Amino acid sequence: MLKIENLHASIEDKEILKGINLEIKAGEVHAIMGPNGSGKSTLSAVIAGNETYTVTEGSVSLDGEDLADLAPEERAHKGVFLSFQYPVEIPGVSVTNFMKTAINENRKANGKEDMPANEMLKLIREKSELLEIDRKFLSRSLNEGFSGGEKKRNEIFQMAMLEPKIAILDETDSGLDIDALRIVANGVNKLKNENNAVLVITHYQRLLDYIIPDFVHVLYNGKIVKSGGKELAHELEERGYDWIKAEN
Amino acid sequence: MELKEKLISSFMAFEERVDVNDSLHDIRINAMKNFENNGFPTKKEEAWKYTSLNSVLKNDFSVFPKNENSIQYSDVKKYYLHEIDTYKVVFVDGVFSSFLSSTTHDGIDVCLMASALTKPKYKMIIDTYFNQIAQKDDSLTSLNTAFAMEGAYINIPKNKVADKPIEIINFSTGTEAALLVQPRNLIIVGENSHVQIIERHQSLNSNPVLTNSVTEIFAAKRAIVDYYKIQNDTIEASLVDNTYIAQKQQSNVSVHTFSFGGNITRNNLNFYHQGEHIESTLKGITIIEGKQHVDHHTLVQHATPNCESHQNYKTILGDRSTGVFNGKIFVEKEAQKTDAFQQNNNILLSDKATINAKPQLEIFADDVKCSHGCTIGQLDETAMFYMQSRGIPKKEAKALLMYAFSNDVIQSIKIPELKARITKIIANKLGVNMGFDL
Repeated sequence: MLKIENLHASIEDKEILKGINLEIKAGEVHAIMGPNGSGKSTLSAVIAGNETYTVTEGSVSLDGEDLADLAPEERAHKGVFLSFQYPVEIPGVSVTNFMKTAINENRKANGKEDMPANEMLKLIREKSELLEIDRKFLSRSLNEGFSGGEKKRNEIFQMAMLEPKIAILDETDSGLDIDALRIVANGVNKLKNENNAVLVITHYQRLLDYIIPDFVHVLYNGKIVKSGGKELAHELEERGYDWIKAEN
Repeated sequence: MELKEKLISSFMAFEERVDVNDSLHDIRINAMKNFENNGFPTKKEEAWKYTSLNSVLKNDFSVFPKNENSIQYSDVKKYYLHEIDTYKVVFVDGVFSSFLSSTTHDGIDVCLMASALTKPKYKMIIDTYFNQIAQKDDSLTSLNTAFAMEGAYINIPKNKVADKPIEIINFSTGTEAALLVQPRNLIIVGENSHVQIIERHQSLNSNPVLTNSVTEIFAAKRAIVDYYKIQNDTIEASLVDNTYIAQKQQSNVSVHTFSFGGNITRNNLNFYHQGEHIESTLKGITIIEGKQHVDHHTLVQHATPNCESHQNYKTILGDRSTGVFNGKIFVEKEAQKTDAFQQNNNILLSDKATINAKPQLEIFADDVKCSHGCTIGQLDETAMFYMQSRGIPKKEAKALLMYAFSNDVIQSIKIPELKARITKIIANKLGVNMGFDL
């Protein structure tokens, strides 16, 4: 489904990603772990099409289609979703209206009519219950004054609404208490099926107790230096990252 | 002949034509003297440091309105708030159009300044109110006073709620190569009365127009006045709007200014407090591009205790457009317990756009709450990427951000049809079909 080949990316002439190879098939959960500054967030931003970064070599493709020339919104229309590590506050735009706009723009891009209002309301109700989101919360300005946990829950709520093919969760566990972590993970697990895939990017193993990965990759210094099953995450939890650094 | 000389000789002809009582005659003569002495404002004056009328004043303006030009209602319907019934005072090239207007004398007066200035039955009111708060040393206000004749006269007696909003619309047809118009409005709102007024200036083709407008508003005890100015004119139309508002105790006056068009637009909005527990609201949204220029000069004169003023001005500047915000709050020694708030937020969409923002607080009382905030920034790139990553295209994301930026001002519009209209103008301006309502 998602194929990353020899991906090099830089920001202001500083190379961050130095040749990443990764293939994620439908129905799989992959985790990318790594110490701070290894390029984890850059990788997620590059997949989503953030224009701050320049891809200097290699490619990212979705279902065989090269994403290189596609704007972030076009990638979203094709099924790429990025849950932000730091969701952006947008005062003046309510969660509901933001979601309506996003849903209908996605439908428009895929040749569909706007979603009827009653259907939209039903969907919003259903998905907000999944994430245990209070109804009052939906009329508030997007992320404005939300706690860390509320912001992350809101990200997964949006993911639930948009039903992407590939969801990238960038440090979704940071800023979450244990209850919020459980709610978020539960939401992700319920949305998971054999036709979509999840890429979890995290510094800690904690989230992976709830969202069980099929594969774990270690990113260090802009490269994937080690891959394995879920046991690799436990090993990293116990031994830290120093031995990885020492080996590379 | 320079415009100033032309105006001076025109004034002599004008004086011979009008048959006015003595007091008005003296007012005109004095006003003209002041204009003669001071001329048009130049950048040398502090208040006009960032706004120059020079390029506009080069035009060979026709000064006297010709006879009524016929335009059809269907041609101009879109400029009316036609979704609801309103009273209308409409001028075409500075001349009252009875055909396009809908005035009344039924319980309230919504009619013509020309009648009020000339008919004996209005003499007492004119003597009491006319030119009482307009700045006598302001040269453009003086120029308007000297030629004052056409405009709206609105008088709401006490304990009356005007049953529908009132629209004051000034059209210019472009039959003159260049036209100077000077509307003069007088609005008197009695005790406990309530009125909503919408003012608009609109050119119907691209010939240059300069409007030098003066509006005096008197709000009596507990009166409520909501005034909306729509400035969405063509690129050759310039406007100097001088609005003077006097408020008595417990009155509540709000002025919203929506500046989306025009060449050079200068707003001088002045509030004078004459009683306690007054509330004044000044809000504005400015969205311009190209080489457009919009200047907001506001003054709130807190002269009495226990009054409030709220200001909120939002500006979005694209291309090489320029904006000015000069907000002056003056708190006199007697004005204890004043609560004055001023907010001015600006977004520059291009490196070549300029904003000159100047909050100016002069406080002589010692027990007051005064605050001001001013921000200048760009559209948030991270927010743009965030929205795009959810499938919202760049153009729509930008529009959504700009709309959200001005949303709190839009939300305070009290006439729903006007709110919808302003939203639509903004959407058109941003080139999006807004599928969201915020």
